[in-house]
Amino acid sequence: MAQITEAAHHEEEQNCTGIDNRKLLFWVFLSTDCLFFGALISTYMVYRGQSLVGPYPIDILDIPLTTISTFVLLCSSFAMVMALSATQKDDIKGIRIWLAATAIMGMVFIGFQIFEFWEFAHHGLLISTNLFGTTFFTLTGFHGAHVSLGIVWLWVLFILSFRGKVTSARALDVEICGLYWHFVDIVWIVIFTLIYLVGGFDAGPVITG
Amino acid sequence: MATIATKQSEGNTFSVIWSWITTVDHKRIGILYFVTAFIMFLVAGIEAGIMRMQLATPGGNLVSPDVYNQMFTMHGTTMVFFAIMPLNAAFFNYIIPLAIGARDVAFPRLNAFSYWTFLASVLFMNFGFIVGSVPDGGWFAYAPLSEQPYSSNQGMEFWSIGLMLAAVSSAVAGLNFVVTIVNLRAPGMTLMRMPVSVWMFFVVQILLAFAIPVIAVGLIELTMDRLFGTLFFVTSAGGDPVLWQHLFWIFGHPEVYILILPPMGIISDVLPAFAKKPLFGYPFIVFSGIAIGLMGWAVWSHHMFTVGLGPIAVSVFTITTMLIAVPTGVKIFNWIGTLWGGSIEYKSAMLFAVGFIAMFIIGGLSGVSHAVAPSDYQQQDTYYIIAHLHYVLFGGAILGIFSGIYFWFPKVTGKLLSEKLGKLHFWITFVGLNLTFFPMHYLGMNGMPRRIYTYATEFGWDNLNALSSFGYIVLFVSMLIFVYNIIKSYKSGEEAGHDPWDAPGLEWTITSPPPVYNFSELPVVEGRDPYWIVKRRAVAEGKEIPGPQPLVDPSTVHLPDPSYWPIFTSVALLILAIGFMIEIPVWFVKYPISVVGGLLVFVGVLAWSNEPPTKEKDH
Repeated sequence: MAQITEAAHHEEEQNCTGIDNRKLLFWVFLSTDCLFFGALISTYMVYRGQSLVGPYPIDILDIPLTTISTFVLLCSSFAMVMALSATQKDDIKGIRIWLAATAIMGMVFIGFQIFEFWEFAHHGLLISTNLFGTTFFTLTGFHGAHVSLGIVWLWVLFILSFRGKVTSARALDVEICGLYWHFVDIVWIVIFTLIYLVGGFDAGPVITG
Repeated sequence: MATIATKQSEGNTFSVIWSWITTVDHKRIGILYFVTAFIMFLVAGIEAGIMRMQLATPGGNLVSPDVYNQMFTMHGTTMVFFAIMPLNAAFFNYIIPLAIGARDVAFPRLNAFSYWTFLASVLFMNFGFIVGSVPDGGWFAYAPLSEQPYSSNQGMEFWSIGLMLAAVSSAVAGLNFVVTIVNLRAPGMTLMRMPVSVWMFFVVQILLAFAIPVIAVGLIELTMDRLFGTLFFVTSAGGDPVLWQHLFWIFGHPEVYILILPPMGIISDVLPAFAKKPLFGYPFIVFSGIAIGLMGWAVWSHHMFTVGLGPIAVSVFTITTMLIAVPTGVKIFNWIGTLWGGSIEYKSAMLFAVGFIAMFIIGGLSGVSHAVAPSDYQQQDTYYIIAHLHYVLFGGAILGIFSGIYFWFPKVTGKLLSEKLGKLHFWITFVGLNLTFFPMHYLGMNGMPRRIYTYATEFGWDNLNALSSFGYIVLFVSMLIFVYNIIKSYKSGEEAGHDPWDAPGLEWTITSPPPVYNFSELPVVEGRDPYWIVKRRAVAEGKEIPGPQPLVDPSTVHLPDPSYWPIFTSVALLILAIGFMIEIPVWFVKYPISVVGGLLVFVGVLAWSNEPPTKEKDH
C-alpha cells in the first residue's frame, strides 16, 4: 500500500470557463424553464379559439387593468437591477430598499392576478369551464407561481441582509435571484402579448377548413 | 481497500447506513443508482416474462386482460425510466468526474437529491401494486385512454405523478452534469480531448435539460385533467388528444437518444481499449453525436404517421428521420474502423461492445424502414415495432450497458468479473435476445398487433410466439448467470489492479476502487487518451510504467461534507406527491397533505442553501 501522505495543496476551485458554477447552473436551468413555458404557451396557442362554450376572452379579459399590473412588474425589474448595483457597492440601505421594492411590486402584480382570477370566477370562468379557462388559468397560474417563488426568494434575501449576509462578496446570490426575476418578467411579456394583445379579442369557436 | 465501503464507513451498521444516506460522493451515488436500477431492470424483466408466458400459446389464460395491460404499461415505463435511464445515470455519476479528472460533480448535494428523488419516484409508482391501482394506460399514456373515464382507478395518477418525480430527478441531474463537464475538467482536458463517453454523456445531459420540461408540461396537463377537472384532452369539450401525442413525442424522441447515446459513448471507450488503437475518427464520432442530439428534436412525428397529420408533415418527418440515420451510420463505420487492423482482445466487455454494433445495425435498419411513411402505415402498432425497439434498446442500450459494467466493474470494486462466466453470459444473452426479438419482425409483418393479451390459433402466429417465449427463458437464464457472476466476483474475484485493460482514460491512473477524493494530485492532460500517452512514453524511454497515484490522508483533501438535507427534500417531495393521492377536503384545500409536503420542500431547500458545502476546517 502506498504511503499515506498529505495531499498537495491546490485548493483553488477547478473552473474551466471562469463562470461561477452556480451561475452556469442557473443559466441552464433558465433554458430548461424556457422549454417549460414554451410547452405551456404552445398549449394555449393550439387551443386558441377552440372553446365550445363561453365565456370567451373578449367577454372577460380586461386589457387596461392587466396593462397596469404588467407595467408594475416591468418596473420591478428596474428595482432588481438597482438592488444588485447596491449590493455590489455594499450600500446596505440601498440593498434593503430595492429588494423590498422589487418584492412589493411583485406582490402588487400577484394581487392584481388574484383579483383577476376572482373576477373571472364571478363571471363564470373556472378552470373546468372551457378550454380557454383551462389553458388560461394553467398558464398564468404557473407564471404566478414562479413570481410568488421569486417574491419569497427576495424576502429571504431581505431578511439575510439584516444578518450581514448580503454583501458585495456574495453579490452572486443577488445576481442569480435577479436572473430569475428578469426571466419571469420576460416570460410575462410573451404571455401578455399572446393572451391579451393578440388573443384578447377572440370570441366563439373558430370554424376552420 | 478490498470493498467499496472503505474510509467513510468504518463503524457500526447504523453509522454505515447513515453514511450512505447522507453521502454526497458521486461514486457512492453511482453505486446506489446502479443497484436500484438493476433491481428495477429485473422487475421489468419479470413483467415482460408474464407477458411472454401469456403469449406463449394461443388463447393463453395466465393473466386477465386487465393485468396484461398493467404488465405492458409497467414493463415499458420501468425499463425506460427506472432501468435504462438510471443505469446510464450510474455511469454518468461514477465515470464522468473520474474521466475528466475532477474530485466530484459540481453540486454534490444536488446529485444526492437527484438519486433520492429517483428512488422516491420508483417507490411511488410501484406502490400502485400494493394498493391495487396499477397504471394501465401504456408507457406512452395516450389520451384520452389515460383520462378518468377510461382509466378510472388511481393507476394513471401513480404513473403521471411518479414520472413527475422522475422528471425532477433527471432534469436536476442534467443541469448538474452540464456544469460539471463544462467547468470541472482537469488542466489540459480540453473539450476535444474528452473521452467519447463523456461527450455522449454531455449531449445527453443537454437533451435531458431540454426534453424533460416538455414531458413535465404534458404530465401536469394530464394530472390536472384527472384531479382538477381541466379539459386539456377532453374531446367532448374540444380538447385534442393529438396534443398529448405531440408533447409526449417531442420529449419521447429525444428520450430515445437519451437512452442510446450513453451506451454508444461507453462502447466508444471500450472498443479502443481492447483493439489497442485510438478511436478511429474521433471528431466524426463526437460531431455525429452532437448532430444526433440536435436532429433528435426534428423527428418526433414519425411516431405519429398514422394520426393523419397531412402529407406535408409526413413528408418532412420522413426526410428528417432518414437524415438522422446518417450520423448514426457515421458512428457505426467509425467503430468498425477502430476495430480494423487492431490487435483485438475478446474480453467480455469487448464481446458486448461488438454485439452492440451488430444488434444496433439490425435495430437501426428496421428503424429506417419505419421512416418510410407508407411502409410505416403497415407496421404501426404491430410486433414489427416491438422487434425494432427491442433491438435498439436491448440489443443496443442494454448490451452497451453490460459492456460498460464488465469494463468498469474492476475500477468500482477492485475485482475482475469472471471472464468465463462473462463470456457465457454474453453468448446466452446474444442467442436469447435474437430468439426473443427476431421472430417478432415476422409476427409484425404477419399482422400481429401490439398490446393484445391473446390471439387465436387461426392467425398462424403460434410457432413464432412460442419461439419468442422460449427466447425469454434463455434471456432469464443469462441474467441469473450475470447476477451470480457479480456476487461471486465481488466476494472472491481476482484482484484487478489499477489498470487491468491497459486502458487510455484518466480513471485508470488511480487505485481501484478509487479513493474518496479521486485524485490526490489533479492530473495534467497532454492529449487524447492521456494515460496511454504517459504509459507509451515511459515504455519508449525505458522507464517504469507509472502506477496508480499515491494515496493521501483524505482529511487533507478539500471535500464536501455529507448532508441529510438532500434526502430530507426528496422525502418532502414524496409527501407532496402522496398528498395528491389522498383527497381530504379541508376548507377549500382538496389535498392538505400536499400543502404540508410543499412546505417541507421549502424548509429543506432553505436549510440546504444555508448549510455551507464544507465546514471551515484548519488545514
